[in-house]
Amino acid sequence: MMSDPRPLSPHLQIYRWQLTSVMSILHRITGIGLAVAAVLLVSWLGTAADGTEPFARMQGFLGSPLGLIVLFGCTVALFYHLCNGMRHLVWDTGHGLDLKSVYLGGWLVLAGTAALTILTWVVGLARWGM
Amino acid sequence: MQRLTAIVMVPLAIWFAIAAIGLIGADRAAMIAWMHNPMAAMLMVLAIIAMFYHLALGLQVVIEDYIHGAGWKLGAIIVVRVWCFLLVLRGVLAVLKLALGA
Repeated sequence: MMSDPRPLSPHLQIYRWQLTSVMSILHRITGIGLAVAAVLLVSWLGTAADGTEPFARMQGFLGSPLGLIVLFGCTVALFYHLCNGMRHLVWDTGHGLDLKSVYLGGWLVLAGTAALTILTWVVGLARWGM
Repeated sequence: MQRLTAIVMVPLAIWFAIAAIGLIGADRAAMIAWMHNPMAAMLMVLAIIAMFYHLALGLQVVIEDYIHGAGWKLGAIIVVRVWCFLLVLRGVLAVLKLALGA
């Protein structure tokens, strides 16, 4: 409680980082990031509905260097959370809960995230260049 | 519901990513043309609702993990839910305007 702050034994500085724990917190972090991205998505639709001028400004921002960085972050977060989310759904069925499968699934999720992100950006940038 | 919205969003997210790539560099006219397709409008509304439902539940879990004062915790959960509701309204109304009018 706030009125009686007692010392905690160190944990993050002590315990070894593992794929399992890192991916778990990444799922939470990407989830929060996507919650912020959701506001951007609604703004994108909203400005399109509002009028030509507001939407042109929004598209202009998204095409700017900062906008592209934001979009890149959005795609990484989306694909990671999507792939790892499917891994969670598999666990919900009771499958893949042994350590080997957890690690295998973990690496598959990371590979899938990278592959989907790269594919999206290669196709996207090619389209943009047209 | 968290699992249900998650399952529903697997195909919806993939659909949206593909649609968004197609709309790179789009102007307002292109957005209108896209939303005039009834399938696209329907999927977009579904995606908005499922997404905010899912994220409201997800953020609630995060809030419960990190905020412990009973009043602050409840307040935060309420703020998140109201915020999501407002954004769903904004999003769905925007889709309707693009799909039906504009």
